[in-house]
Amino acid sequence: MPFFWDQDIKKNEERLRNKRKRTEQTESLFIPFVPFFSVCSVISLNEIIVKAILNQLISPMIAIISAIIIGGIIVLAIGDNPINVYQLFLRNSFGLFDALGNFTFDNWGYTLFYATPLIFTGLAVALAYKCGLLNIGAEGQLYLGAFTAAWVGITFAKLPGIVLVPMCIIAAILAGAFWAAIPGFLKARFGSHEVINTIMMNFIAIGLISYLTQNFYKEQGDPIMQTVPVADQAHIARFHTILSPLGIDFPLRIPLNVAFLLALFSCFLVWVFLWRTKWGYEVRAVGLNPSAAEYGGISTKKQIVLAMALSGALAGMVGVNEVLGYRYRYFHDFSSGIGYGFTGIAVALLGRTHPAGIVLAAILFGALQRGGLFVDIFANKVSKDLVSVLQGIIILFVAMKIRIKK
Amino acid sequence: MITDIFNFTLIASTIRLATPLILAALGGLYSERSGVINIALEGMMLAGAFTAAAVTYFTGNPWIGTMAAILAGVMVAFIHALATINFRADHVVSGTAINILFLGVPALLSGALFQSTGATPQLPREQVLPDVSIFDPERFPALASIFNQKPLVYLALILVPMTFYLIYRTPFGLRLRAVGENPEAADTAGVSVLKMRYAGVLISGALASLGGAYLSIGQNSLFTRNMTAGRGFIALAALIFGKWDPVGTLFACLLFGFAEAIAIRMQGTVALPNQFIQMIPYLLTIVVLAGLIRRARPPQALGVAYVKE
Repeated sequence: MPFFWDQDIKKNEERLRNKRKRTEQTESLFIPFVPFFSVCSVISLNEIIVKAILNQLISPMIAIISAIIIGGIIVLAIGDNPINVYQLFLRNSFGLFDALGNFTFDNWGYTLFYATPLIFTGLAVALAYKCGLLNIGAEGQLYLGAFTAAWVGITFAKLPGIVLVPMCIIAAILAGAFWAAIPGFLKARFGSHEVINTIMMNFIAIGLISYLTQNFYKEQGDPIMQTVPVADQAHIARFHTILSPLGIDFPLRIPLNVAFLLALFSCFLVWVFLWRTKWGYEVRAVGLNPSAAEYGGISTKKQIVLAMALSGALAGMVGVNEVLGYRYRYFHDFSSGIGYGFTGIAVALLGRTHPAGIVLAAILFGALQRGGLFVDIFANKVSKDLVSVLQGIIILFVAMKIRIKK
Repeated sequence: MITDIFNFTLIASTIRLATPLILAALGGLYSERSGVINIALEGMMLAGAFTAAAVTYFTGNPWIGTMAAILAGVMVAFIHALATINFRADHVVSGTAINILFLGVPALLSGALFQSTGATPQLPREQVLPDVSIFDPERFPALASIFNQKPLVYLALILVPMTFYLIYRTPFGLRLRAVGENPEAADTAGVSVLKMRYAGVLISGALASLGGAYLSIGQNSLFTRNMTAGRGFIALAALIFGKWDPVGTLFACLLFGFAEAIAIRMQGTVALPNQFIQMIPYLLTIVVLAGLIRRARPPQALGVAYVKE
């Protein structure tokens, strides 16, 4: 009889609601214990933790090794010596000495500089992935973030640096978030696949920004598609400026800047968000099982839009590194050769969508990019497109291995 | 100005520009109907385009180039099939990986073979696919101006009814669809899910690479880096717009081809900035996907890896 069942359903709902409240309360209880637990685990070097980390490392390691092997075969097929090629990679991305044997920061500096946007886009893709979404639009989002940061830096040039720099950063974040929220909304409301929508948004972003740059913000008579420089106060410090008061001679030409530290901080923020806040929990819940999450009272639609918006926000931060820390203007298509957005996918997957793994994966890919430049110049037939090939192989293998473990 | 844009050559252009989309989308149809999401259409098109251009350069014969392109497409599809069907990788991730791979592989090979990573060498007129006119220009001038296309265009148009027949009226098509809707039931009935899905993906590779080959040696005469410019994704959108049905897909592709044809014509005449005109196909894709996806029903087992019990 209907009455009877209604009562049962109501009781069930009550129970679930209370359970959720209790879980939330227990979750929030954990927060003060975090430092205590972390210290304990570091001190005791818990066998379980070490084993878990190693388990997580196996899959990416297999992917990297397979990529190296297959890449080596391709290099052989092209007619170059793979050992040479890989040596070029390693020596110029992680080496501490240059060709003449003098100590140099160059290699590590550039590697970390190239890794910075990858940390951002890796976090972006990982965050969306945690919600079950694949954000291929990081490319368009980062362009929009960069352009908006430049726009703020140009338009509000009279403001002091203390105000202008945060304004530019916030502008970049909001622009990226907006650009990603659109496909997110389309997915939530209409169910249209975010992969195709984000790719289309990429093309639209490039067209839109190209138009704006060409017609409004370009230097008169300048053939290069770039905007006028941003205000001087909008520049953020490079490592040279930070380290020289300490007596360390870090060359100014290396563009490694504060954005790298911001990237590391973003990693921490993302970790806190996903595993220590209620919204992050809801994002993950929707990713793991949307119908269960919906049943538990989480609005799947809202979480999709939220996850995409945050993902876009992170991607937009790339603009901070590029515009405020490196070129000090918006240089059109700055990501086209390297594809920071697409590499971010590889970084996120290789890093097992965890911020710690993403940092390591980003450094690896930054190293590939740096080494790739030298391979392009010094190897006979191999060009830097080998990096794309290695990336594709890595993603493929990581995707496959994940399934086997299951 | 209107007659500058709207005349018979517009129809010809529409068909011409829609052809790579039709080929790729039909390919996607085979794959998706069997339950495997094929995001890698873009990469397969690029592989086909590069192979066609490169092989035609070395052999001087565009038909051998086309055959080689089909072979290349099948090989790429094999990678995707292996990763998704045997290793149960996430279909979208695997597809994306292949797309990234084929941004790099053609450039790498091009650099090794032709010393130029940007483009393959330009092919002379004789080595490009020839125009074939079906209707006699004197008796049917209007039709002749439309149907003066490369053979691949006619092939694409013929493939649509062929696909319809194959998918809906043959046992092969029935098994393909069964595997995409309910692989457990199909498996119980004795259909090899593995074989049918492989068939679907490999056929999609062949067709998509044909579309790419048309781009490089049919519409143009060389291969440039990333020359597909998102067409693979537009083809996928057309497939979804067409509700995974050959005839619907044909009309969707014609619509996108029409948008591209208009965009090209508008570039010279209308006052809109170039960049906005170029955006039209992409905006259209988004609008189309948002508007019609609600009513379309994909194959039920699409994207779900099948584990034999």
